[in-house]
Amino acid sequence: MALKTIRWLLWVPLILFVGFVALVASGLVTPSTHEIRSQLIGKPLPDFALPPALPAKPGLARVELGQGKPRLVNIFASWCVPCATESAQLATLKRAGVEIDGIAIRDRPEDLTRFLGRYGDPYARIGADRDSSVQMALGSSGVPETFVIDGAGVIRLQHVGEIRPEHVAGILAAVEAAK
Amino acid sequence: MTAELGLAALWLAAALALLQLALAAMALAGREELLNGVRPVAVVQAVLALLAFAVLIRLFVVVDLSVELVALNDASTKPLLYRFAGAWGNHEGSMLMWVAILGLSGACVALLERRLPERTLVATLGTQAAIGLGFYAFLLFASNPFQRLVPAPAEGQGLNPLLQDPGLAFHPPTLYLGYVGLSIAFSFACGALLTRQVDAALARAMRPWVLGAWVFLTLGITAGSYWAYYELGWGGWWFWDPVENASLMPWLAATALLHSVAVLATRDSLRAWTVMLAVVAFSMSMIGTFLVRSGILTSVHAFAVDPRRGAFILVLLALYIGGALALFAARAGTVQEGRTFEPVSREGSLVANNLLLSAILGIVLVGTLYPLLAEAVTGEKLSVGPPYFNAAAGPLALLLVTIMVAGPLLRWRRDRLAALGRRVALPAGLALAALIALLVAAPGVRLLPLLGLVLAAGVALGSLAPLWGRNLRRTPMFTWGMVIGHLGVAVALAGMASESAFTRETLVALAPGQTAQVGPWRIRFDAVEPIAGPNWTALEATLQADRGGAPLLLKPQARFFPSPPTETSEAAIATRWDGQLYTVIGKGDEAGRWQLRLWWKPFVTLIWLGGALIAVGGVLSLLGRVRRERRAAERLAWL
Repeated sequence: MALKTIRWLLWVPLILFVGFVALVASGLVTPSTHEIRSQLIGKPLPDFALPPALPAKPGLARVELGQGKPRLVNIFASWCVPCATESAQLATLKRAGVEIDGIAIRDRPEDLTRFLGRYGDPYARIGADRDSSVQMALGSSGVPETFVIDGAGVIRLQHVGEIRPEHVAGILAAVEAAK
Repeated sequence: MTAELGLAALWLAAALALLQLALAAMALAGREELLNGVRPVAVVQAVLALLAFAVLIRLFVVVDLSVELVALNDASTKPLLYRFAGAWGNHEGSMLMWVAILGLSGACVALLERRLPERTLVATLGTQAAIGLGFYAFLLFASNPFQRLVPAPAEGQGLNPLLQDPGLAFHPPTLYLGYVGLSIAFSFACGALLTRQVDAALARAMRPWVLGAWVFLTLGITAGSYWAYYELGWGGWWFWDPVENASLMPWLAATALLHSVAVLATRDSLRAWTVMLAVVAFSMSMIGTFLVRSGILTSVHAFAVDPRRGAFILVLLALYIGGALALFAARAGTVQEGRTFEPVSREGSLVANNLLLSAILGIVLVGTLYPLLAEAVTGEKLSVGPPYFNAAAGPLALLLVTIMVAGPLLRWRRDRLAALGRRVALPAGLALAALIALLVAAPGVRLLPLLGLVLAAGVALGSLAPLWGRNLRRTPMFTWGMVIGHLGVAVALAGMASESAFTRETLVALAPGQTAQVGPWRIRFDAVEPIAGPNWTALEATLQADRGGAPLLLKPQARFFPSPPTETSEAAIATRWDGQLYTVIGKGDEAGRWQLRLWWKPFVTLIWLGGALIAVGGVLSLLGRVRRERRAAERLAWL
């Protein structure tokens, strides 16, 4: 091989690498679509009927939601630390007139009683979701999560994670908008 | 206070890296008196980087929730081992570990390397410092692990439960030692290009460092594969996931480098090629880090998706890899090509090895980047799956292991094909016998696994051939290393092919008391019970597996972690001498039946046993080389 061709070949790795950088840089600047958007927003709730989580409170079924008034459905559990921290915000929302139902994930009645005794009980009904099946059907991947359901039973908002004080206004607005 | 100590150490380490770079540059520019100052600076820089990393580990162990990273990734309910390992189970912590190991690598070179010419060594340490500087800046300006959080939360969010596993605690450090250890070869190559001293002495100096990094990389990949196998509960051992590919690509390049370094060290050939591989191997490590950390490719392994961090790392990559490749292009032309050789020779087989490894590397790289390319060109989101990788890389890999048998049996410089034929007659005969046996005993095995099994038999015998007729006690340790490493490849290949050819799988829904059959095993489903662990609750199934003889008890679990809320599947795996029974429990239904996935995987364990053997071979080679170098040095001192 002539020496000249070899010299030229030596630049090939660099040229390939420049191509790689250009490709990746274009991948970086194009707006990311990795964001997870709730697929269920604007869709009616899936059908479900959960037994009561506590003997003294009714359970939660699809038919009780969407009866003309917007409601919050809060997915929580007594073993979940962030659920305890959002209790004050749930209490605020309840004082503002929002009706709240709960779905307790993989919980035991005695733990739940203790949890509600300590952090307050904003719930009108609590359904027991022992194997997370309703949680999955709602497209919720963890606890806590909060859904705003409008009067027709359509999901209007999915709030992932605990409700912090700065989120209260947004959730109230969503409830208002759902009326 | 502790967190600030870590941050201060990190800043000081960065300052010392700058000093190291400046000293090296001035020394090479003619201030010869500064040559001796570079080594101590490299050592102190490493001590400071390691101190910063140790501080982070301490913060995780004592669960200091006033530090943001700890609050986001740690929890006081976690067992001690996972609080400890949690330090690197996140973006910032793993980057800090990366630079700490980079510092450590530089210090090892500064303390131990005596064979390189002093100017090349200083250029090497200067390159190391330049790499370190960029990644220190990344940590300090774009992902500070010691960031405080005010007010401190009452409890942390915990570590991804998938990562809460003893194997995972030590998998990343091992892999990183391999990734970052390759930086030494990269810096050697840049140093030698800068001082124009690319020769056999460079290869001899580089070889132990490459071997060391390669051993860690091999162990890390093997352990990672086993982790994915038993922890993800999907029953597979390799998924061609971008992060797996990110670890495989440097390994392929390092394996090629290992072999071309041998040619350069022994025969003084392949100078430019070896230098380029040294650059490429560590470049692949950095590209892997970038692909994982930028979130540009979606993967189960990716931590944080942050385009700004991605852009930062991309700029660093462009500087280092682009710089090194430009240096290569400008200087490699002036490197004298070494001695020539015939195609049929040890060198020839090693060139074939290098070309095949490079081709496989190219296939994996293209497959990994293809989704990006497709999105850029057509705007479509797609992913490239195992069918592409297996079909494209599989045949090349089989060809590669065939050459692997022939290579060690060829003489350096020139050899005759007829002579080679006589040497490989016995392994080839065994392979043929295996082929006939398989066609008779197990018809219907697909082509690729069939070839894999046949080759594994031939290669296993052929890899031992270099020992025939030798006095085993006088055989050098590095020859043993090569033989055991190659044998490991055959063993792993046998496991892969057997898993692919003979795995039996069933998915059943059983009520307690019912049974199912998978392969030779009859499996009875006894019960499901809730149980609780230190930081999780689970549903645990009890299965009895029976194929004549004592029945086995298996207890697969579906685990539920409250912080962060995640479900994981804990497969129950029973290992027998001839394979593994792999069981996973799924969801239950209203009728009280439970989904069970059952696999019988004959000889699957050979995959990881082979990986371990390859690593053992690397260690023996390393020890053998170091010992021979030391003896040679002693002889020289005696004269």
